[in-house]
Amino acid sequence: MGKGSVQLDELISQEYRHGFYTPLDADAVPRGLSEDVIRLISAKKQEPAFMLEWRLKAFRHWLTMSEPHWATVHHPPIDYQDIVYYSAPRGKGDGPKSLAEVDPELLRTYEKLGVPLQERELLAGVAVDAVFDSVSVATTFKDKLASLGIVFCSFSEAVRDHPDLVQEYLGSVVPYTDNFFATLNSAVFSDGSFCYIPPGVRCPMELSTYFRINAKNTGQFERTLIIADRGAYVSYLEGCTAPMRDENQLHAAVVELIAREGAEIKYSTVQNWYPGDKEGKGGIYNFVTKRGDCREANSKISWTQVETGSAITWKYPSVILRGDNSVGEFHSVALTNHWQQADTGTKMIHLGRNTRSTILSKGISAGHGSNAYRGLVKVAKSAAGARNYTQCDSLLLGDRCAAHTFPYIEVKNPTARVEHEASTSRIGEDQLFYCQSRGISAEDAVSLIVSGFCKEVFKQLPMEFAVEAQKLLGVSLEGSIG
Amino acid sequence: MRVAPAEPCVPGFLSAYPALAPRLPGAAVPWLRRCRDEAMERFAALGLPTSRDEDWKYTSVAAIARRAFGVAAAVDLSDELHAMVSRHAMVGTHRMVFVDGHFVPGLSQAMPLPAGAWVGSLAQALDTRAVDAEAFFAAADEATDGFAALNAAFWSDGAWMDLAAGVALEVPVHLLFVTTRSDLAVFPRNLIRVGAGASATVIEHHVGPEGVAYLGDTVTRIVLGRGARVAHTKLQQEGRKGFHVAAVAAEQGQDSSFVSHAFAFGGQLARAAIATRLGAEGCDARLSGLYVGSGRQHIDHHTCIDHASPRGTSRELYKGVLDEAARAVFNGRVIVRPDAQRSDALQSNRNLLLSEDAEVDTKPQLEIWADDVKCAHGATVGQLDADQLHYLRARGIGEGDARALLIRAFAADALAGIEHGPLRVRLESLLPGALPEAA
Amino acid sequence: MRETAMLEIRNLHVTVDDKPILRGLELEVHAGEVHAIMGPNGSGKSTLAHVLAGREGYVVTQGEVRYMGRDLLALAPEERAREGIFLAFQYPVEIPGVANIYLLKAALNAMRRHRGEAELDAVDFLALVKGKLRLMDMDETLLYRAVNEGFSGGEKKRNEILQMAVLEPRLAILDETDSGLDIDALKVVANGVNAMRGRERAMILVTHYQRLLDYIRPDRVHVLAQGRIALSGGPDLAQELERRGYAWVEAEARGQQAGAAGGQR
Repeated sequence: MGKGSVQLDELISQEYRHGFYTPLDADAVPRGLSEDVIRLISAKKQEPAFMLEWRLKAFRHWLTMSEPHWATVHHPPIDYQDIVYYSAPRGKGDGPKSLAEVDPELLRTYEKLGVPLQERELLAGVAVDAVFDSVSVATTFKDKLASLGIVFCSFSEAVRDHPDLVQEYLGSVVPYTDNFFATLNSAVFSDGSFCYIPPGVRCPMELSTYFRINAKNTGQFERTLIIADRGAYVSYLEGCTAPMRDENQLHAAVVELIAREGAEIKYSTVQNWYPGDKEGKGGIYNFVTKRGDCREANSKISWTQVETGSAITWKYPSVILRGDNSVGEFHSVALTNHWQQADTGTKMIHLGRNTRSTILSKGISAGHGSNAYRGLVKVAKSAAGARNYTQCDSLLLGDRCAAHTFPYIEVKNPTARVEHEASTSRIGEDQLFYCQSRGISAEDAVSLIVSGFCKEVFKQLPMEFAVEAQKLLGVSLEGSIG
Repeated sequence: MRVAPAEPCVPGFLSAYPALAPRLPGAAVPWLRRCRDEAMERFAALGLPTSRDEDWKYTSVAAIARRAFGVAAAVDLSDELHAMVSRHAMVGTHRMVFVDGHFVPGLSQAMPLPAGAWVGSLAQALDTRAVDAEAFFAAADEATDGFAALNAAFWSDGAWMDLAAGVALEVPVHLLFVTTRSDLAVFPRNLIRVGAGASATVIEHHVGPEGVAYLGDTVTRIVLGRGARVAHTKLQQEGRKGFHVAAVAAEQGQDSSFVSHAFAFGGQLARAAIATRLGAEGCDARLSGLYVGSGRQHIDHHTCIDHASPRGTSRELYKGVLDEAARAVFNGRVIVRPDAQRSDALQSNRNLLLSEDAEVDTKPQLEIWADDVKCAHGATVGQLDADQLHYLRARGIGEGDARALLIRAFAADALAGIEHGPLRVRLESLLPGALPEAA
Repeated sequence: MRETAMLEIRNLHVTVDDKPILRGLELEVHAGEVHAIMGPNGSGKSTLAHVLAGREGYVVTQGEVRYMGRDLLALAPEERAREGIFLAFQYPVEIPGVANIYLLKAALNAMRRHRGEAELDAVDFLALVKGKLRLMDMDETLLYRAVNEGFSGGEKKRNEILQMAVLEPRLAILDETDSGLDIDALKVVANGVNAMRGRERAMILVTHYQRLLDYIRPDRVHVLAQGRIALSGGPDLAQELERRGYAWVEAEARGQQAGAAGGQR
């Protein structure tokens, strides 16, 4: 490339900003997986019998399954017996009751991460449930939400306080037999967030979960379950970080969303798990199953994700459009730099009449990064009048990266209209030169062009998240051109 | 006569091979015999594809696997056959007719060919001339699925075209493959080598009897030298109960141009894999296709455009019209290899569903490993445009005519670039929809 | 006493997506007349044009439309066209793969067949079309391009008028044909329309601006507001609207409607 990029070459990749480790005393189960370990996890969490039963069924099913290999990602074999499946910061037996009880060291960690845990420091309108390694540490704003009938708590608390809701909805979108990683999660998940919005209630603030993997050799298997009852609305944010480690760590989460008649769920993720270093060493394997069910008429589920972290990302936030006139959306920015690999996309399953879906995917590949969009749009025979519009754009930075597009389109109804468009482009030297000749540094020019490329997705994010996402993108891209 | 395995497809072919092998063309040529034997071993290992194979996800060949097929050892020349050939013949072409897998000179029609152009039967070429065709067969890994392996083991004849450098073959070569009877399996194989700067137009045409099941399993390989130009049209008009599995694979030399048209009208299950590799700098590839299905037809196209070298250009447009309970599959791969900089690829697949029970599964895919590229693809599935329909009706054209006209207009795109007059006329007569008579 | 109206609209109520757009529209158009329907955006002008052409999705909930003494609403779009109704579309649709000349010929011959006349052969047809092309100041190459595909806005509108000239309708409805035209194109379109005026033919010009009426002088001007004709007058009304805008008519229409609603109570 031209002279501008010589300067760029000199830009040194910024270190992963969230890569510190917090020395905490952890209460963990022994390494490896067996029925005994699952019984132990369940016992530690003092779960009712139905939970243990469900976990064991999942485990037994998992033993019959094998790891999937169809995605365009490559990794050394994962030793599932070398993972610690449960790790909790040691302290109170079943989690802190209030912020005052939370280990001050832990609070300082969240401060470093910029998570507004202290209520007084909260950005107005964001309620946070923070998951540290495997357990939910604190949930803010609980009282205010409770006055509206909204349940927002850790999954463990939900199992304890709302077993009927959990029993009714758990696994109703992602059954424990769903896929290798989701089944593993069903057997061993340690905590996560639970949210129930009662009929007709518009949740007045953004709900947020912050996930962090801290301990070494720990897998994180959290589970999120969000139910928006008839006519309810909720916007939910999820953020993730992990310390820098040489080993790869496994994150296999499951998220289930249920939107009943006329309800709307907006789910936004900014995923910034540790991506590994410049040589591709270490980093999180992010194998996640996220699925929403527009269970009844006129419901809407919208996924927005900004994926900049993880060594490998394997996730397909999906929507089952069951109710008539229901709407599914997927907005995604996925960035892979250095040796990162992403195989991500969505599934829109049209079952109801006049269901609509929109897919907007922006993939950015830099360095040796590999970025694949994989999506399924399925229009069942029952889905008269279904509509889908898909747009997938890839931006390539550097000649050693890769961008792939694998859309699967299956249409069984003639009144459906499905459109897919994809394009691939790169940042041209002339674009860079133009910016530079106007006094903009090469680094800023790249940032500018990339954020222009992602704009349509960013505008789906709540304000604070959009700012964070923009910053992350800049950081993740540094040292990417040369 | 025919050799008829009593057992269903896979075991049937496996047990028929040892007795048949010594009688197949080139049996006396050691390397060829070795190729056939190896292919048979691969077939034994692979069997027929299943829906677990990603490339066969939407196409089940269970209906083929269940049946027993025999291989024709000789040809019966009937009046019916003569009539069929004259019905499908096209004027102004060098015609080679293959009946049930065997070349029949009596039905063919030779045109004067320029010096340096050899067009003839592959079997005869192997038996009578020491042709250097080994390179075509040597690629042992070409058989990626059971059908390709079966063809490599059982092929009975096909065209052997060899054009020396600079030879412009003005006359289109019409390769007409006729299957005459039920329960036959035919394995045509065409090898086409076009030297530097040479050019050729080839029409590969498959027809068969109505109302009976049979299997055509064809392989066509085309090698283009530097600056060569090949226009290949595949016209598939098998009987509505026939099974058709075909592969066309081109390997392009520097600055060569490959034009492929694929028209699929017949068959109960028809699959065509059309691939080209832009193996050197500056290649140009244009692929277009039209598939028209009705009844319970299942029509599958897999295309692959492999930009393996810099400065290649490819354009692809496939269209489908599906009526009644027909089902179509389109899988279009565009690969841009590392260092294939300045590649420029456009791909589009458009489908029209005309009835409640019609179905389409489409999967256009881009695999990009280089950055200085221009690649885009699109796919649509829909019905006739309501605004266009209304506009035509508001001008006094009846609904039925307006629909037929729009279907016709949609499909006619696929004829762009067909230059040979008689072929064009033939294709126009096969297009779906219609031009209202009033105009 | 006047002869029966060519077009007679009585108490017409139309909904689109369950939203009422026309609410009791009354209109009478006689042969030889040119009517201008004006009104602010959203008043229902284009809806009226579409309902007359028989477009799907426009649901008549009340009232009737009689054309040449027949129930127009019972006819399919193509039957209306063959009976001599022509709608010049506000947004003419592009039809790739269908040549413009082909459409013209198919449409003309469908009409001739309907009237029991002999179809035109290619030579006579081409002679006819070429004459009309000159009238519309259009390039002959446009005939061989796909219908409206890649046409500029002005070309599309001229193409509509060309079709009108070839098909010679009894009742022509021009839906915002003036919108998006520069002054030269507007004159060409107006000339084409004026040349078509005649004793046997009626025209309805749907327009937002008075501009078109500088070139085509209407016999009657109607103002549509709140889904009904709020005001009718002679050609001078258009000028008054140009000066005063639509707000006052709308305000009066709302007043009338409130009054009517009050009266029902």
